[in-house]
Amino acid sequence: MDTTLALVLILAPLLGFLLNIFFGKQLGKNVAGIIGTLTVLVSFAVTLSFFLQINQTHQPIQIQLFDWISISNFKVEFGFLLDELSLLWLMFVTGIGALIHLYSISYMHEDENMHKFFGYLNLFIFFMISLVMGSNLLIMFIGWEGVGLCSYLLIGFWYKNQDFNDAAKKAFIMNRIGDLGLLVGIFIIGYLFNTINFAQLQTVFLTGDLSAQMSMISIAAIALFIGAAGKSAQIPLYTWLPDAMAGPTPVSALIHAATMVTAGIFMITRLHFLFDLAPLVQNAIAIIGAITSLVAATIALVQTDIKKVLAYSTVSQLGLMFLALGLGAYEIAVFHVITHAFFKACLFLGSGSVIHALHNEQDMRKMGGLRKAMPITFITMLLSSLAISGIFPLAGFWSKDEILMTAFHASPTFPVLWIIGSLASIFTAFYMFRLMFLTFFKEFRGTEEQKQHLHESPALITFPLIVLAILATIGGLISLPGNSWLNHYLMPLFAKEGHEAHVLGTTEYMLMAIATVGALVGIGVAYFKYFKQNQVPGEDASFTGMSKVLYNKYYVDEIYDTLIVKSINGWSNFFRDYIEVGLSALVFGFGKVANELSFQGKKLHTGSIGFYLFVFVLGFCAIISYLFIV
Amino acid sequence: MDISYLLIILLVGSIATLLSGDKMASKVALFFGVISLGFTLYMLSLFNAGQNIDVNLAWVTKPLISFSLKADGLALAMLLLNGILTPIILFSSFGTEVKNAKNFYALILFMSFAMAGTFLASDGLLYYIFWELALIPIYFIALIWGNGDAEERKKAVVKFFIYTLAGSLFMLTAFIYLYGKAGSFQLEALYNLELSSKEQLWIFLAFFLAYAIKIPLIPFHTWQASVYQKAPTVGTMLLSGIMLKMGLYSVIRWQLPIAPMAAKEYMNIFIGLGIAGVIYGSIVALRQRDIKKLLAYSSLAHVGLIAAGTYALNIDGLRGAVLQMMAHGFVVVGLFFAAEIIFRRLNTREISEMGGIRVQAPAFASMFMILVFASISLPSTFNFIGEFTVLYALFQVNIWFAIIGGTTIILGAYYMLKLYQHSMLGATHKTIFKDVTFSEGLVFVIIIGLVLFFGLYPKPLTDLITPSLETILLQINR
Repeated sequence: MDTTLALVLILAPLLGFLLNIFFGKQLGKNVAGIIGTLTVLVSFAVTLSFFLQINQTHQPIQIQLFDWISISNFKVEFGFLLDELSLLWLMFVTGIGALIHLYSISYMHEDENMHKFFGYLNLFIFFMISLVMGSNLLIMFIGWEGVGLCSYLLIGFWYKNQDFNDAAKKAFIMNRIGDLGLLVGIFIIGYLFNTINFAQLQTVFLTGDLSAQMSMISIAAIALFIGAAGKSAQIPLYTWLPDAMAGPTPVSALIHAATMVTAGIFMITRLHFLFDLAPLVQNAIAIIGAITSLVAATIALVQTDIKKVLAYSTVSQLGLMFLALGLGAYEIAVFHVITHAFFKACLFLGSGSVIHALHNEQDMRKMGGLRKAMPITFITMLLSSLAISGIFPLAGFWSKDEILMTAFHASPTFPVLWIIGSLASIFTAFYMFRLMFLTFFKEFRGTEEQKQHLHESPALITFPLIVLAILATIGGLISLPGNSWLNHYLMPLFAKEGHEAHVLGTTEYMLMAIATVGALVGIGVAYFKYFKQNQVPGEDASFTGMSKVLYNKYYVDEIYDTLIVKSINGWSNFFRDYIEVGLSALVFGFGKVANELSFQGKKLHTGSIGFYLFVFVLGFCAIISYLFIV
Repeated sequence: MDISYLLIILLVGSIATLLSGDKMASKVALFFGVISLGFTLYMLSLFNAGQNIDVNLAWVTKPLISFSLKADGLALAMLLLNGILTPIILFSSFGTEVKNAKNFYALILFMSFAMAGTFLASDGLLYYIFWELALIPIYFIALIWGNGDAEERKKAVVKFFIYTLAGSLFMLTAFIYLYGKAGSFQLEALYNLELSSKEQLWIFLAFFLAYAIKIPLIPFHTWQASVYQKAPTVGTMLLSGIMLKMGLYSVIRWQLPIAPMAAKEYMNIFIGLGIAGVIYGSIVALRQRDIKKLLAYSSLAHVGLIAAGTYALNIDGLRGAVLQMMAHGFVVVGLFFAAEIIFRRLNTREISEMGGIRVQAPAFASMFMILVFASISLPSTFNFIGEFTVLYALFQVNIWFAIIGGTTIILGAYYMLKLYQHSMLGATHKTIFKDVTFSEGLVFVIIIGLVLFFGLYPKPLTDLITPSLETILLQINR
C-alpha cells in the first residue's frame, strides 16, 4: 500500500509531464494547465496523508524497488525513504508547487508554448520529489541533476533569446562544478562505509568507531559542501542564480527561491551526522554562509530590476541558512527554509503580478504608485516584506531570530557571525522596503499607455498570493521558542533535543530587541529616502563610487569571465590552432621519412626479375623458418 | 547452434547485398542486419541458459592457427553493441542518396562481420586478421563515399589507413613473439605464459601502439577528427560507435591479461594519458566550428575516460568501461545522425550557419537535446551508469584521478550545451527546416529508448559482463 501510494506521489507529475509534452498542444492551454496543476495536487494530497501518518507514528517508510547500479563494494538500490525530513520537504515542494502551477495558468496564458511550460514544471516537481525522497545518495543525485536540467530548460524557456540561453547554460555549468564535488563526496562515503544508503549510513555513524577515518570524513564534508554551494548559490558559485531570473517569474518563485535552491540545505541536513564529525568544515560553512548573506544583501541594496533584488535577497537568505547549518543548528536552518519558501515565493509571485500588469516591465525606476491599482498584490507583498525583514510576529521574525541567536551563542565574547548576520538583516529590511516604496508608492513613472491598462491581476494569480501571504504571516507558529512543534517533529532525525531548547532569558530578549530595532532602522531609512525624499535611482551610468561597485555586483562576473572562461577558450584556440596542427605535422613527418627511405630504396629497383625473386625467397625463408624452428 | 553462424549471416548478407543490385541493396542489408541482431539475441539466450556456444576448429596446423571463437559475457556485450548499431546505422542512411548503393551497403555489412570477428576471435592470429579486415571496408567507405574536397579526403583517409596499419604491425610482431614462446596463438595459452617483466613491457607497448591509435588516445589521435569530418556519416558512425571500441575491448581482452605486470607497473602513466585525453579533447572541442569535428573531439574525451577506467585494473574500472563503451556507442551514433539530419536540410556542418532550428523542428530539437544530455551523463541515462562506475574506479586508485577525470562532467556540459545553443536555439533559421520524418524519428526513438532503459535498469548487462570480467581480473592478478 505504501509502495503504491509513494509511486503515485512521484509518478503523478511525471505523467503530467508526458501528457503535456505529447498531447499538450492538441489539448489546449487550459487543459494543459489543469493537468499540470492537478497532478501536483495529487502528489500534495498523498504527501499530506503520509505526513499526518508520520507525525503520529514517527516510523520511517522505506521502499525498495530494484537493484540499480552494482559497484564492487556496495549496491545501489532504486528506493525511497519517507521520513520526517523528506515529508516536510515534500509538503512545501508539492504544496507551493501546486499553488505556483495554478498561478501559471493565468500568468503563462499568452505564451504559445504554455503546454511545454507546464510539462517542464511537472518534470521539475518529479525530479524534486526524487531528490527529496531518494533512499540513497545516488537516487538523490538523479533528482539533483534532474532539477538542474529543468532549471536549464525553464531559464531558457524563451529560447529565441540567446542571452536567456546563456543564463541557462551558465546555471547548468556552475551547478555541475558543484555536482563534481557532490560526486566525490559520494565516492568517499561509498568507499569508507560500503553503503550510500541514508538509513544505513546513519546506523554506521551512530554505532561505528570512525576515529580512524576522520580526515577522509572531513574531505567528504568539504566535497559535499561544494555540491551544496553550487545548488544553493553560495560563494563562490552563486553568480548563476541572479542570471537565472531570465526565466518566467513563476519559475523564479518555484525553482530559484522556494524549492530547488534549498536542495543543498536538504542534503547537508540529511547527512548531518557526517558534518557533525567535521567541526572545521562546519566552521567554514558558517563563515561562507555569513559572508554570502552579507555580500548578496549589499548587492541587493542598489539593484533596479525588481527580480534581481529578489534574486540577491534569495542568495542572502540562503547564506543565513548555511550559517545555521554550520553552527549545527539544522532544525533552525530547516525552519528558515520553510518560512523563506512562504514569503519569498509570495514576493516573486507578487513581482510577477506587477510585471504582468506592466507588460513585462521589470525596472523599478519605471514603476511606482501601484498600490491603488493592485491592492491585493500590494498587501500580500507588504506582509511578505515585513516577514522577510523580521518584524514581529511574522514568520521571518521567528526563524531569522533563532539563526541570529544561535550565531550569538556560538561565540558570545566576540560574536562576529552574529554581527555579519545582523548587518545582512538590516540591509534586507532596507532593500525590501526600497523595493516596496519604489514599486507601490508615490506617482507612477511608466508610460501613459501602461497607466491606462493598470489593473489588479485575476484571481488565479491573487489566490496563490493570498495563501502564501497568510503562511508568511503565521508560519512562525510551527516553531515558537519554548514550544516548537518543528523541533519535536524532527527530533527522531537528530536523536537529540533541538538547539533552541534553552529558556528565553534576558540575553535572548535583548537580541530580539536589537534585531527588531535593526529591521525598523532599515525600513526607516528606506522610508526616508524613497518616500519622504522621493528619490528614484538614476540611470545606470549615474552610479558612482561604492554604489557603482555594488551595482556591478563587485565585478565578480567579469572576474570569472576573464580568469576562467576566457582562459579556457584561449587554451582551446591554442590547442586547435597549434598543438593539433603540430601533432598532425609530426605524424606526416614520419610519413615523409618513410617516403624518403623508399626513394632511396627505389635504387634497388633495378628491374632485374632475378634479383627480386632472390630477395623474395630469402625473406620468405626467413619468416617460415622462424615460425617453424622456434 | 554456435556463434560462428553469426559471422556466416553477416558475410552472406554482405555478399547477398552485393548481388542484389543498387535498388534493393539497402533493404537486403537491413534485412541481414536485423537477422544478425536476432541471432545475437538468440545466442545470448543460449548463453544465459548455460549452453556452450564457443567454436574451436583447427585451421592451419603449421604454424598452429585455429578458428576459435569465444563468446563469453564480454564478447556478447560487444556483439550486442555491434548487433544493435549495425541495423540502426543501415536504417539511418535510408534518407541519404547513395551512389553505387550495393557496394556501399555490402561494405557496411562486411565491416560489421569483421568487427564481430574481432570481438569473438580467441586465437591471436585469427583476431589479428579480423582486426585488419575491419580496416578495409571503412577505408573504401570513407574514400569513395566521403565528402569535401577529394584530394584532401584522400590524404586524410590514406593517412588514417597507414597510421592504424602501422600501429597494428607492432601488435602482429608481439603476437609472433608470443607464438614463439607458447607454440600457439590461443588466448588461454598466451594467458598462461610466464613472461619476464621486461618481456611484458615490450609486449604491452607493442599492443599499446595498435590500440592507442585505434581508440584513439592522445597524442595518437591526429587521424580522428579529419576522418570523422570527411567520412560519410555512416562511416563516422561505424568508426565512433563500434570500431573505437575494438581498441578498448582489446585492452581488456588481450593487453592487460597477457602483460599484467607491465600494466600494474605503469598503470598511473596510462590512466594519466587517458585522463589527459579527457581534458584535452574537451577543451579542443569547445572551439570547433564543424559539428562532426566537435563530436570527434568529444569522442576523444569520452574514450580517454573509458581507457583510464580499463587501466585502473579493478572490477569497477572494467565494468564501467564496458558499460560506457556501449552507452557511448549508442549516443554518439545518435548525435552523428542528428548532424546528418542537419546536413540533409541545411547542407552545412558549420555550427555558425545553424541556429534557430528548435522553432521550426521541435521534435528534432527535443530528441537532439535528450542525446546531448545523455552524452553529458545526466543520471538516469545509460551514460551515467558507465561514467559513475569508471570515476569510482579511478577514485579507488587515486582521488585526484577521479577529480581531474571528473571535470568531464563540467567541460562536457560546456561544449555540448554550447553546441546545442548555437545549433538549435536562437531566432528562427532563415531556411525552412522540416521536422524529422517518421523513419528519422524512429532511429532517435530506438536510441533514446535504449539509453533510458539501460540507464534505469542496467542489471541485465551488468550481470552479463561481470563474470567474464572477474575471470579476466583474476588473470590480471594471478
